[in-house]
Amino acid sequence: MSATESPGLLDRIRARPALRTALSAAVPVGFVTALLFIPYVLLLVHSLWRLRGGVITHELTLENYARLFGTELYPDTILFSAGIAIRVTLFSLLLAYPLAYLLAFKVQRHKQLMYMAVIIPLWVSYLVRAYAWKIILGQSGILNGLLQSVGVIDEPLTFLLYSRWAVILALTHIYTPFTLMPIYAVLEAIPPALKEASQDLYASRWQTFLRIVLPLSLPGVLAGSTFAFVLSMGDFLAPQLLGGNDSALMVSNLVWSLFGVAYNWPLGAAVSVIVLLLTLFLLWLANRVETAMNYGGQTRQGGVLAAGRTGGPVAGAGRGAA
Amino acid sequence: MPDSAPILSLRHLSKRFGDFAAVDDLSLDIAAGEFLTLLGASGSGKTTTLRMIAGFEQPSGGEILMAGAPIAALPPFKRDINTVFQHYALFPHMSVRDNVGYGLRMRGVPAAERAERVTRALAMVKLDELGGRSPRQLSGGQQQRVALARALVNRPRVLLLDEPLGALDLKLRKEMQLELKHLQTSLGITFVYVTHDQEEALTMSDRIVLMREGRIEQIGTPRDLYDRPASRYVADFIGDTNLLPGKVAASEGGVVTLRTDDATLRGVSDGVLPEGVTAWLTVRPEAIRLAGPAELLDGENVVEGTVSDAVYAGSALRVHVALPSGHRLVANVPSASGVTNGAPARLAWPVPHGRCVRD
Repeated sequence: MSATESPGLLDRIRARPALRTALSAAVPVGFVTALLFIPYVLLLVHSLWRLRGGVITHELTLENYARLFGTELYPDTILFSAGIAIRVTLFSLLLAYPLAYLLAFKVQRHKQLMYMAVIIPLWVSYLVRAYAWKIILGQSGILNGLLQSVGVIDEPLTFLLYSRWAVILALTHIYTPFTLMPIYAVLEAIPPALKEASQDLYASRWQTFLRIVLPLSLPGVLAGSTFAFVLSMGDFLAPQLLGGNDSALMVSNLVWSLFGVAYNWPLGAAVSVIVLLLTLFLLWLANRVETAMNYGGQTRQGGVLAAGRTGGPVAGAGRGAA
Repeated sequence: MPDSAPILSLRHLSKRFGDFAAVDDLSLDIAAGEFLTLLGASGSGKTTTLRMIAGFEQPSGGEILMAGAPIAALPPFKRDINTVFQHYALFPHMSVRDNVGYGLRMRGVPAAERAERVTRALAMVKLDELGGRSPRQLSGGQQQRVALARALVNRPRVLLLDEPLGALDLKLRKEMQLELKHLQTSLGITFVYVTHDQEEALTMSDRIVLMREGRIEQIGTPRDLYDRPASRYVADFIGDTNLLPGKVAASEGGVVTLRTDDATLRGVSDGVLPEGVTAWLTVRPEAIRLAGPAELLDGENVVEGTVSDAVYAGSALRVHVALPSGHRLVANVPSASGVTNGAPARLAWPVPHGRCVRD
């Protein structure tokens, strides 16, 4: 824009701070509205429509929800998914906590490097990581090959792949870094003087861990667990690739088949809405507990809710359907 | 006061971090009931020494004896020593009472006795009302008191304090200095206190250990260090002083004659300063007076120069005098003295008020 012209559009915007604020807010707000809010509203609306003779009619009804809760299949699927997610969460915690502890307190040299080594798998495509387990666990896979070559087994083990355990294994592998990061963050934030003060006051190393380190790291444990639980509850690809017959028992895969094979969008939407509400409830609960556990900023770290939005069950289902 | 066998003995204590000797062959006896201050600039090794006594650092060499028994190999939780940390290190997830009672709980003191002792400890630091609070709801001064109560409630034989007043504002710090000193005297607990603040050290200590580069520069009472510094470093570190370099021309009977750039001056000396070595004359500003032009000055040191600054400081006038060589002396004279910038000045002080010290 040349300086000789009368005030241009940009100059006029610059002169009005309120307008400037509104315009810069418009982009993120528009983004969230278009990509999150509108799809969720569409989902909710679809769950209230009636399917008649294989055709979606725009009549409002609650019969999808009635059917959902009327049969055992859907609640059972949600419970089964939750069961898988709980196990993934537990295993992730068992792996991530000791590792985070070592990284935060014991590793002196190459700390950043080791932390990166834990985080780097996150840059590898999720699909590649899930497929990797197929290669490891398959009938002619690495694990069977190894066991056969050292003579532990004669025939390949067939139960390795295509079972809920394969799904749990893969999901644990995939989501452990998510569990580790918040735990590492809170452990790192614990001032070393607190551990010294505890030992100065006659507490052994173990007592110091139980009474000082563990309680102060609980917000991170909670955040990490929420990640692992919510992400694996809504996971779609790992069950699809590794779950075999069990994969049908995961809620995302159920949603996928309702939208796909069964062409029952309203029912699929209703299941999604229920799972979405469950997830939101969990995130809300986790956030409440986390806030209550935050001691004077010593262990403050990012809220769980914000990060949870990137991959809820519905987002997972959407990723599969796309 | 030092009146019995030492409660703590450091014997040839060293701590190296790689090639750097943070503490270098340090030996020191600390008497029971003494208020001993480790004073020094940052990096002098005072905090490392304290951390070795507490058990947070393992010595690279030497031994620490507590009432005659070696403790250097013991973990911190097995030492009858407690610490007040620089930033208090209060447990943020516990109430004030639980913080104070932590050590007693870890030692298995029964709940009833614990409650009573915590109550008394909180009363001692005047925080009776705040036991139920969380540490974050307290002011810095209150947190400091909680840290003190948390350590003292265990009745340790030695209390270590690592710059405990560093985070407080000046007024509160002065109050706490007196309070700490009173507590220490009434409880009779040995205090080992780390600070870089020489004024704080002078105010509170029975003895001061001035440290420099991991070694002891001088040990003594505050008066010793102020009045009889052993070296230029000590004279410069403790209080304000004037320092003039020179060559030793003669030394006899504890009086050293020093040839400086401006005049030949005399000063007292404890040590042996051989003829010809470089030494420093230190004289405190309050010992110097302005002499009249015709005054006869027998047994006094005299230098002449020009007034370069006169700074009003309430009770005194701080007169800066530039000597012909370019060195400057500061004299604290009564505020009523009439001094003009640029005027010639004669400065005089009795020989015993100047000390000759090694470099």
